[in-house]
Amino acid sequence: MSDFSLNEALWVLLLGSLLGFELIGKVPPTLHTPLMSGANAISGITLLAALALIGQAPSPPLQALGAVALGFALFNVIGGFLVTDRMLAMFRRRGGAA
Amino acid sequence: MNQLLLDLSAVLLLALGLRGLAKLRTARMANGLAALAIGLAVVGLLVSQGLAGWPWMLGGLAVGGGIGVVLALRVPMTAMPETVALFNGCGGMASLLVALGAVGLPGPMGLLATVSVLASVLVGSITFSGSLVAMAKLQEWLDTPAWTQRQARHAVNITLAVACLACCVVVVQGQPWGLAPLTLLALLLGIGLTLPIGGADMPVVISLLNSYSGVAAAAAGFVVGSALLIVAGAMVGAAGLILTQVMCTAMNRSLTSVLFGGALGASAGAGTGEKKEAESYGRITSCSAEECAMALEQAERVVFVPGYGLAVAQAQHSLRELARLLEGHGVEVSYAIHPVAGRMPGHMNVLLAEADVPYDQLVEMDVINPEFPRTDVVIVLGANDVVNPQAKNDPSSPLFGMPVLEVDQARSVYVVKRGLGAGYAGIKNGLFELPQTAMVFGDAKAVLNGLITELRGLGVGKKALAAV
Repeated sequence: MSDFSLNEALWVLLLGSLLGFELIGKVPPTLHTPLMSGANAISGITLLAALALIGQAPSPPLQALGAVALGFALFNVIGGFLVTDRMLAMFRRRGGAA
Repeated sequence: MNQLLLDLSAVLLLALGLRGLAKLRTARMANGLAALAIGLAVVGLLVSQGLAGWPWMLGGLAVGGGIGVVLALRVPMTAMPETVALFNGCGGMASLLVALGAVGLPGPMGLLATVSVLASVLVGSITFSGSLVAMAKLQEWLDTPAWTQRQARHAVNITLAVACLACCVVVVQGQPWGLAPLTLLALLLGIGLTLPIGGADMPVVISLLNSYSGVAAAAAGFVVGSALLIVAGAMVGAAGLILTQVMCTAMNRSLTSVLFGGALGASAGAGTGEKKEAESYGRITSCSAEECAMALEQAERVVFVPGYGLAVAQAQHSLRELARLLEGHGVEVSYAIHPVAGRMPGHMNVLLAEADVPYDQLVEMDVINPEFPRTDVVIVLGANDVVNPQAKNDPSSPLFGMPVLEVDQARSVYVVKRGLGAGYAGIKNGLFELPQTAMVFGDAKAVLNGLITELRGLGVGKKALAAV
């Protein structure tokens, strides 16, 4: 079902990993918790795979499985981004400006 | 090729988002960008594949998204570590289910697809069960059972891992039923790997599992042939590894000793990491809130060391009020934040931000340590292991080598604590016996409110008027 080769997929994997290593270089300790929570929300992107499964599934049981997977992934994504936003909204400098 | 455009913008936004999340000024916007990126990716996918099966999609959205919203808006900030663990576990579960579902799709499965399914099932299962164990430990629903500290646990885990590999071989040889035992064994392996790790090390485990869930997402990307999923999963996987390393450095623990070394302090006889009353303290000076308030009134420079106990007592707001009172009196006030204050790196910063403490008043360990010798009063609130001087002086201490806040260098130290119980790591604290240390026994919130009353009684806060 994949329409691209192992070769290309491995290149994508390698470059994506390098990007991840580069992006998180120096993080102020204040942001460790929100960063972990935000990165965790991004990992819920597996919801795309759940949507693809629902779209391609030939029968209701498989669609239902896809829907459950989608539910778990969306719980991760939506909850994760919201809770991260809640944390970040609280950070203020002296004098009140965010 | 609208989908390609949307996917490419999504990757760009995700990268910008992850990068922005690592900077204070941009973090909130970056979080929004990352969320937008996921939204774009969903639109791109739906544009290309159509809306077939939309009732199922809506169902998943309503239930999963709905519960996510409610939990995210309601959960107290003190419970953040276990919340992240729970979200993370569910991400792993999603990858696991997708991979199992993909096997049922029509059409032949090539070797690449099969291996991807196996990786996704394996990593997804370990992430799910491991995260749930981590959550249960942080919630204190689960202890560290003594039997998990025996060496035999390695044999059990290795057996489980080998059995998992055997199942993988079975599946690759064209027997899909092998997926069922593989899922079960991998779930058990996730539990077996996480259960022996002590509560104090849980944040590192969550961070690592967070990295795993990225890997699981990338594996799911191989399964459904989505480059976007692979990129995003790889990015989170790599970023999670870096963050894990940062945390290990902060706690002076190597990743291998966290993962395979058993619970910290367990070998010293604490066994289950239980908080036992330490009977072995020698000379302890205790003092009243009144004496402590007099010391504060005289001080020029005061440093607060907040720990998780402060948050448990919900005393952050009282602390901020006391700090403002002292600042109004001309005292220089700052907060010393150990990298692992709270129960997760950065957790204390979030908890103090919730109480409206400006983040530029929170000082990191490396910056504040040289300042302690010229500090008049240090007040330790619900922190314990992170101010333990034995981590510097006593090679026999299990904490030895962990970077700590050197509060013993200050002129006087007041430790607000409910009793002489051991800290999270179950280790005695030599700071309490030092001549410059006095213990103020009581609940953090009650003590802080007492200090505020005493200081007001001493005329602090009215001084501006009196001087006229």
